[in-house]
Amino acid sequence: MGINCSFIKAKYESGMRIESQKNSIFKVIGASSLGTLIEWYDFYIFGSLATIIGAQLFPADAGASALINTLAIFAAGFIVRPFGALVFGRLGDLIGRKYTFLLTLVLMGGSTFLIGLIPSYSSIGYAAPILVLILRLIQGLALGGEYGGAATYVAEHAPANRRGFFTSWIQTTATGGLFLSLGIIVLTKNLIGAEDFAAWGWRIPFLLSILLVGVSIYIRMKMHESPMFTKLKSEGKVSKNPLKESFSNKTNFKMVLLALFGATMGQGVIWYTGQFYAQSFLENTCKVDFNDSRYILLWGIAFATPFFVIFGAWSDKVGRKWIMLTGMLLGIVFYRPIYQVFLDDTDVSRVSQQDIKESTVPVVTRTAVPKSLDSLITRTSAVTLLNGASYTRVETYTRFAEREKTDQRHPDTFKDKKLSAPVFWKFVGLIFFQILLVTMVYGPIAAFLVELFPTKIRYTSMSLPYHVGNGVFGGLVPFIATLIASFSGATPLSGLWYPIGIAALSLVIGTIYLSNKKPDHGESDH
Amino acid sequence: MMNALKKAMGLFWIVLGPACILFLFMQAFEKVGLAEAGVAKTNTALQWGIILFIFIPIAAGLVIFGYYAFKGEYDKLPED
Repeated sequence: MGINCSFIKAKYESGMRIESQKNSIFKVIGASSLGTLIEWYDFYIFGSLATIIGAQLFPADAGASALINTLAIFAAGFIVRPFGALVFGRLGDLIGRKYTFLLTLVLMGGSTFLIGLIPSYSSIGYAAPILVLILRLIQGLALGGEYGGAATYVAEHAPANRRGFFTSWIQTTATGGLFLSLGIIVLTKNLIGAEDFAAWGWRIPFLLSILLVGVSIYIRMKMHESPMFTKLKSEGKVSKNPLKESFSNKTNFKMVLLALFGATMGQGVIWYTGQFYAQSFLENTCKVDFNDSRYILLWGIAFATPFFVIFGAWSDKVGRKWIMLTGMLLGIVFYRPIYQVFLDDTDVSRVSQQDIKESTVPVVTRTAVPKSLDSLITRTSAVTLLNGASYTRVETYTRFAEREKTDQRHPDTFKDKKLSAPVFWKFVGLIFFQILLVTMVYGPIAAFLVELFPTKIRYTSMSLPYHVGNGVFGGLVPFIATLIASFSGATPLSGLWYPIGIAALSLVIGTIYLSNKKPDHGESDH
Repeated sequence: MMNALKKAMGLFWIVLGPACILFLFMQAFEKVGLAEAGVAKTNTALQWGIILFIFIPIAAGLVIFGYYAFKGEYDKLPED
């Protein structure tokens, strides 16, 4: 009887301990993920508002160059991410994970809030874009330090056999941050109206960040240091120079290169093609309406996000390698057919008269052609189709000063395309599929990177390949793909060769050189 | 067999790194030249300068990766 009682008591205590460990890891995940999600939100609102910010930061007559310059400022944030990874990664391996990513959170939140307060070009001239560029660089550096810290922190709290599952929650934050930024922008714009939003309302999403960051700092202050780092510190084994150990030690440096070329490079282009280039392509190439293109992405993200956790957990059972590489392979095979569907289904140039439900009376405008006596006539009309789709049709003619010459008609252009319900949901499905590929490559990668490096140089070593792969290869997808599509003889799909080529290279390297087994740095159980 | 493939592909990565940079330089000269001639105004020296500045160190990394692969450094990984 006595033996039975002590057995039951021991069983009960062990059950309670497991339950308490579970609660503790979910607290760690919640606190880490919230901060990381806010950092991604801060990072992405700038890109989502590029057109409006461009008009505020540059002279009114700057035209398209204002947008290009604003996108360059946006891209600067991506390019400095690897440097942030080095600076804050080193700090994280020296003083600990907790205080380092607390610092990155403060820097990110502060700079985002200040962007919301920057006066426009009309008030302070070129100081406006210069100040925003500086703040954007701080954002990039902070993000470079944040992600590696959060992933390492969660992984070092998680049991070794479930790292994929637990770190996959951190992986949802990048997509979650994008979702939050798109949602808040659309909500604010709908609440205050398009005109006020363009004038001053665009500042609201930036200013709102300080509240979110405040909450996150409060939660993170209560967190404890990672158990592995604490153990290392108590044993006096903390790295004295993590940068030197990571990159001058051949054993570590070769793994940094393998992680970059065999995994993060391909993962980065799949991420940014599915979630950034897709929206840019719908809006700028297919000319889908502003709200429609964002709603399509919002739905796609909402449906696909749970798969980060599903693939993360699955990778604990079958290994990380083949899930990530399958995601890359599917991207290589299906990107061109998917984007061809986007083009075909939004092509209204061949709409016949029988399909048109109504067309408004054209609004005619006449503008002078610069340095000439000729003028440009535009006839703009709104067309609604029987299937519920609608668009704006713009006919353009050049009227010559010489009366004997007849008007020269230019190709019609179509914009603000609102999709019919079946096409809208078909596009949601295609975006969902692309984000599903993102979840395959991105869900397991935090666990994969964490496991590749030993604790004492982990923050530094994993951050660099992650941010070169995502910030440089991935972040430049919209810029390079758009550039390729502008070459003479290029088609609208030509830009896809960049992500397809990079993903193919990564797939080959990953297939040949990566192992599907988990490395053991002597910390498999803690 | 797999190790022989890893080593052989190492040579390919060593060649691929400089080949990519050469290709990028050729593209940059061609496209920037076209932009100056007013044919394709979207390709500026600044844009191509950024691309070269970013990808030259990465291509150097690919060469080092190829060298390590050729020397058999990836024949046995820590997890094997």
